[in-house]
Amino acid sequence: MPLKNGLRKVMVIGSGPIIIGQAAEFDYAGTQACRALKEEGIEVVLINSNPATIMTDTSIADHVYIEPITIETVSKILDKEKPDGIIATLGGQVGLNMALSLDKEGILEKTGVPLLGTPLEAIARAEDRELFKKTMSEINQPVPESDIVTSVEAALKFANEIGYPVIVRPAYTLGGTGGGNAHNEKELSNIAAKGIKNSPIGQVLVERSVAGYKEIEFEVMRDDNDNCITVCSMENVDPVGIHTGDSIVVAPAQTLTDEEYQMLRAASIKIIRTLKIAGGCNVQFALDPFSKKYYVIEVNPRVSRSSALASKATGYPIAKVTTKIAIGYTLDEIPNAVTGKTTACFEPAIDYVVLKVPRWPFDKFVFGDRKLGTQMKATGEVMAIDRSFEAAFLKSIRCLELGITGMRPPDMIDISDESLRERLKEADDERIFMVAEAFSRGMSINEVWENTHIDKYFLNKIKNILDFAGRLANEELDPVLLREAKKIGFSDIEIAQLKGVQEVHIHRLRTDKGVIPTYKQVDTCAAEFDAETPYFYSCYEEENEAWHDIDEKKVLVIGSGPIRIGQGVEFDYCSVHCVWALREAGVKAIIVNNNPETVSTDFDTSDRLYFEPLVFEDVLNIIDEEKPDGVIVQFGGQTAINLAQPLNNVGVRIIGTSNDSIDRAEDRDRFDSLVEELGIPRPPGKSVFSADEAVKAAETIGYPVLVRPSYVLGGRAMEIIYNQDELKQYIATAVKVNREHPVLVDKYLLGTEIEVDAVCDEKEVLIPGIMQHIERAGVHSGDSMAVFPAHNLSQAIKDKVVLYTTKLALALRVKGLINIQFVEFKNELYVLEVNPRSSRTIPFISKITGVPMVKLATEIMLGRSLQEMGYSGGLQPEPGFYAVKVPVFSFNKLEQVDINLGPEMKSTGEVMGIDKSLKTAMYKGLISAGMDIPQKGTIVATIADKDKQEAIPILKAFYDMGFKLIATAGTAAALRAAGIEVEHVNKINEGTPHIVDLIREGKADFIVNTLTHGRDQFSDGFVIRRAAVELKVPCLTSLDTLKAMQEVIEEGNKIADMQVRSLQEYVSCVK
Amino acid sequence: MAKQRGYLVLENEAVFGGILLDNTYQTRGEVVFNTSMVGYDQVISDPSYAGQIVVMTFPLIGNYGINANNLESDHPCLRALITREICPGADYGHYQQEITLEEYLHYHHIPCLTGVDTRALTKMIRTRGTMGGILVDSLDNKEELLQAARLALQPPPQGYVMQVSRKAVTRLGAGGKRLVLIDFGVKKSIVTALLKQGCEIFIVPASVSAREILAFNPDGVVLSNGPGDPLDCPYAIQTIAELIGRMPIFGICLGHQLLTLALGGKTYKMPFGHRGGNHPVKDMQTGRVFITSQNHGYAVDEKSLCIPGLKLSFINLNDRSVEGIIHKELALMSVQFHPEAAPGPEDTAYLFDDFMAMIA
Repeated sequence: MPLKNGLRKVMVIGSGPIIIGQAAEFDYAGTQACRALKEEGIEVVLINSNPATIMTDTSIADHVYIEPITIETVSKILDKEKPDGIIATLGGQVGLNMALSLDKEGILEKTGVPLLGTPLEAIARAEDRELFKKTMSEINQPVPESDIVTSVEAALKFANEIGYPVIVRPAYTLGGTGGGNAHNEKELSNIAAKGIKNSPIGQVLVERSVAGYKEIEFEVMRDDNDNCITVCSMENVDPVGIHTGDSIVVAPAQTLTDEEYQMLRAASIKIIRTLKIAGGCNVQFALDPFSKKYYVIEVNPRVSRSSALASKATGYPIAKVTTKIAIGYTLDEIPNAVTGKTTACFEPAIDYVVLKVPRWPFDKFVFGDRKLGTQMKATGEVMAIDRSFEAAFLKSIRCLELGITGMRPPDMIDISDESLRERLKEADDERIFMVAEAFSRGMSINEVWENTHIDKYFLNKIKNILDFAGRLANEELDPVLLREAKKIGFSDIEIAQLKGVQEVHIHRLRTDKGVIPTYKQVDTCAAEFDAETPYFYSCYEEENEAWHDIDEKKVLVIGSGPIRIGQGVEFDYCSVHCVWALREAGVKAIIVNNNPETVSTDFDTSDRLYFEPLVFEDVLNIIDEEKPDGVIVQFGGQTAINLAQPLNNVGVRIIGTSNDSIDRAEDRDRFDSLVEELGIPRPPGKSVFSADEAVKAAETIGYPVLVRPSYVLGGRAMEIIYNQDELKQYIATAVKVNREHPVLVDKYLLGTEIEVDAVCDEKEVLIPGIMQHIERAGVHSGDSMAVFPAHNLSQAIKDKVVLYTTKLALALRVKGLINIQFVEFKNELYVLEVNPRSSRTIPFISKITGVPMVKLATEIMLGRSLQEMGYSGGLQPEPGFYAVKVPVFSFNKLEQVDINLGPEMKSTGEVMGIDKSLKTAMYKGLISAGMDIPQKGTIVATIADKDKQEAIPILKAFYDMGFKLIATAGTAAALRAAGIEVEHVNKINEGTPHIVDLIREGKADFIVNTLTHGRDQFSDGFVIRRAAVELKVPCLTSLDTLKAMQEVIEEGNKIADMQVRSLQEYVSCVK
Repeated sequence: MAKQRGYLVLENEAVFGGILLDNTYQTRGEVVFNTSMVGYDQVISDPSYAGQIVVMTFPLIGNYGINANNLESDHPCLRALITREICPGADYGHYQQEITLEEYLHYHHIPCLTGVDTRALTKMIRTRGTMGGILVDSLDNKEELLQAARLALQPPPQGYVMQVSRKAVTRLGAGGKRLVLIDFGVKKSIVTALLKQGCEIFIVPASVSAREILAFNPDGVVLSNGPGDPLDCPYAIQTIAELIGRMPIFGICLGHQLLTLALGGKTYKMPFGHRGGNHPVKDMQTGRVFITSQNHGYAVDEKSLCIPGLKLSFINLNDRSVEGIIHKELALMSVQFHPEAAPGPEDTAYLFDDFMAMIA
């Protein structure tokens, strides 16, 4: 069937902010969807609250609504835009849940706008546990015995009937939030209580655990003519028991016979036919490793993280095809973009191995619970492609950017055999390295299998790597062995370490002997058809397929790797825009990246895509292969910036701001002399090389001080220190300090933080706008609410911001982007940090000002000036609206992580609220961030002494608005003294019923808790904050956020009264 | 088992190096590639590969070893196997593994060249068409090797079918409809699929005459898959022509080509054939598309199908080649692909039901 009749305008529902379980894959899917619609001449209306995404660009959709994804806003947009259909299956769980709500609230019926693609009934049948079970049993598809319960008692009763262990899965949650394995009654009571709370419908599934089974996934497609294909099979290296998002995954499945494979393939097709899915769907199975017994574990009736992976692994664009199916096409009518000759109705055949490895945030959350289970904890993932499992695996380890070069992380050596066995069994983020360590200690395949139940096939593969490392260490490194080492995936640096030489030595040896990589194409068909896809991976084979046109001008853009805290989808936005700008300028754009979730790794984004680790060796190999005219490091976050120097050292031409300028901004001493030269104040500070020096420095500067290691990423290990004892403790425990690793001690200025992104062509500096943070300096800029335009700065300060920004950009000879953070303290402006590269706020500022920052920066790197492009230096006029960026956290996925805000970044994503009124914009932002803003109710407060004076008036304002206050003794006394009526509650050590009991009973509408000093991980405050997270009660740790919330509530905003306007409408009023 | 450097020399003078497992048997054949990602065991035991050197495009082969139950015949008929990597197997632990792939190949004297850049080789076959090749452990006497490679496409005087077909009749199953299955190199899975229909089957040698078949008094005849060029089996075409119109006939793969020839149609050699488990075919009646398992180097010429009552039932969605024909009045149906799968998708297993309906 061709395009459905009368389809002229379609609304796409996005997935909102990046959180654990819902990451950049939905930007990739949504962007593909919007483009697939526009291709058909359909007008696209988009709602997504996440400004960091590519899909919310005005070039991607015709009407972009960066608004809260709620029933109210969606119905308003439906009323206003009157689309002919809605696509909800590309916006992750958020999109699906919205579709269900629109139906439940009668909006679909009222407006008559149809849901396109997979019908509601199918969504409900896949998502509702009871219906799902019933449907599966009707078609004889086995599901593990299970029961849906809404109380802990019922859960216990059922578990007693079927026996332990059992798995608890809450209904309608992301990444299995709040679920887990329970081995006994006690564990089950805890997990079931949490799960029930987390499920929006208060339902959990208790089911027989099939832990230890093989976990196999199929990505399946179906069209309305009932044609079905499977795009890809995937096998989790970790057996059932660990969330697939936290599992190492290999594609295609490796340990199944054809019989097993076809049994599961046929089952997945039977399932999607029965459900009547239209488009992409993910089916997960548990397969007994010792028989043909299997269970269907899960069906996701939408595109997902796995479908993004399957798309990148095979070259088959699942989201695009899903969209085409939704608007009426059948699979055989959709062309296969890869071959250009065949259609989308086929099953990809691949001739390589794909590995996906999760990226966990435990480098940031060192105190977080690292145990892996049914609740996903990874923030992102990497993918690697090669011709063998071993090589793909070693590549994926390099992609993680954890400083690990092979299978032998240095800190495993000290672990006792006993604790090694324990950690093999328990499964945490480092288990795979434990497996390697076990082999290097001579443990047998069988013994490791008994402890992990990882299939022996995979264990053998890992052991091969270690055995080969042994050969490398002991045998002479002749060209034959070297080639074999490269073929099996060893990095130069790993070989160098095993041979006790420098990396450069191996590199030289390798190039002398002609041991250089070949690049092979990803073509969906194992070379059966001639393909045009410019999508490559490296391997050490005979034939190189990366053909070249030597006359072309080309530039390599270095991407940003996996999504992690501090480096999110924003940098993919920047990389993609850079690629687009290059192509527009007639320059061939080559990109290297390894994140399968992103738009940048879509094969039709750039002229050529290399799916490779972002480490020196692999990037240099590409440069040697391509010989680009320049390399751009400005847009790939710290990942790309870190490569600037090593690449520069070997003579690679970095275009844009020079490596020397980058160093001048990052090197403490050089930066100090720069600002001094320019007469720009900065908080006094010093680099110190020992604990004694630190103490001395802090005394000279005066407490509080901000301390941090020299080169930082996302505020790692930064802390505000109030006295000498704390400082000594910090130096002793939190950092390594020596001649090579200085620690910076700066005066902490408790003022207003201001942030600027600018673009400079060495002559002029264009500043699209000034952002002001709600939270004062000391809260990481990524975790602060930011207001554009700055809402209460004096003209004098604004002038200084412009002056300093201009001076710094020109002095650093910035060619491209620069991001500067300032603090206003007692009417003086200080510069805190200068980053001569793209920043987290680039998508935000580009969208709301309409200034295409990345495009301008890219053109400047190619030699054009701002003037030539019709821009000039200075600050752009302020628009007649406000945009507020609000951070979003994933604390409910991460146990034992403290939620207090500080100089270390903790948020995983962001949303934006936009409105003519500042308060409304803030309100929209908070709503989008998932904050439940009560209009009245009970506030539970426990405020540190240092903050009491400041907190009282804010709490009084809440009291005056009719809120009831409950507080612990000290806070209560202070409130009473201010004449505020307050109820007392016990601290935890004062006995029950105490503050946490109160929270558990659901008596708190929100909690205010400010941090006492010191780093006691398990203080009262910590327990309170965790209880709040787990029970989904908003908890504020910054008085600035509290004040903002108070003002928003005071304004009396109601979501029902709010206006919705598209970004296009807002930005056109700027001009 | 001896492991040493080995080479594939192609008739176009290209040489691909690798590790030769079991170098005792120098061999030559037509070099073809198969894109299946699972089911190497069924591929290597499929008699249709007689005379061929099979390149697996998926790099990791042998992962779950060999289990006799999954094999398609008692003896592998291919000349040699070429892979990127072969799983050593021991201790890799699929619960059904009886022996490793390497042990199986060694037992049957099938050489294997591994460690080959199979993608480069596949691309060469795709662009130049299938070629003759020879597996050797030394490149001395290159001219001689090229000569041998060129001759590798020459079928044996009797044709490949006569090499692989059985010599005596086998009777299987009981009750229900009675079928004669002509063995041109039949895969076990076809037999299994027919037995599942509850039939009594007489499996007969390829050289069977129409008279002999009629003597079984069957309700229908099934023409099996098999190796080589259908024109190498004039005897079979003759037999089938005599059966047409006298009872329902179902042809699979080579059987499909032979049926077409018996009807007066034509076949041709494809540049590199279809071998794999991901070929989409379109049902011309319903517009539905199915993913099929395929293994053929020859195809039916669509232009030759102007035969009254004969309809095109399936086409290949990738290259629009003929994938099936049907003649309702004469009760004939045949498909180029493998409805019995093995290896590959079982999407078209319903065709066995269709055939049973035809003879009912």
